Amino acid sequence: MPYYETVLIARQDLTDTQVKDIIAHLSKIITDAKGNVHKTEFWGLKNFAYKINKSRKGHYVLLELDTQSEALHEMERQIRLHEDILRHQTIRIEAITEGPSVMMDKGGSRDDDRKPYNKDNKYNKDNNKEKDAA
Amino acid sequence: MSASDAPTVKRPFFRRKKTCPFTGPNAPEIDWKNTRLLGRYISERGKIIPSRITAVSQKKQRELAKAIKRARFMGLLPYLQQESNERPQGRR
Repeated sequence: MPYYETVLIARQDLTDTQVKDIIAHLSKIITDAKGNVHKTEFWGLKNFAYKINKSRKGHYVLLELDTQSEALHEMERQIRLHEDILRHQTIRIEAITEGPSVMMDKGGSRDDDRKPYNKDNKYNKDNNKEKDAA
Repeated sequence: MSASDAPTVKRPFFRRKKTCPFTGPNAPEIDWKNTRLLGRYISERGKIIPSRITAVSQKKQRELAKAIKRARFMGLLPYLQQESNERPQGRR
């Protein structure tokens, strides 16, 4: 069965337990259709980059699923009907990711930032070699 | 001695060829959720920076543009940033 990644934004005035209830409700649709919810991540209350439906922040939740399209369509229909969900996005992914997503370890490892610099250093070395040869 | 001096002479207007930051080993993966990575490829206005400036390969630029657009839709990146509030995700 194909893998999907769904991120949804719930209204900011909900409590954490209310958000969890919504997710439990949606996960049930998937599991009832013999699908699997591999990962559920609560990113917490985050600020938007712009106003969405007159609000400035919302609860972000990430789901990684493995399910038939019928169950996914049903889940998306329920999401659209749900008044507390501002926005959602489902993307098909190649495989279930391991470990927490980048959103969870914000401020932790800054490996991504360093990578280009490493590359530059390597490049400089190569340049030097070239010059030495010349 | 003259041989060792030669490399220190800087050629004017020499620009070393930039390589695609998403190609090769330990290149970061383009993920629409990674806003810190994507944030480096948008201008202060919030526009996607052309690949001729960032040296991202054509294939990766398409991937990158898609990731930025996905992040914008989910409110992680701005569509438009006013020049008055410079910082992204600034306080109101």
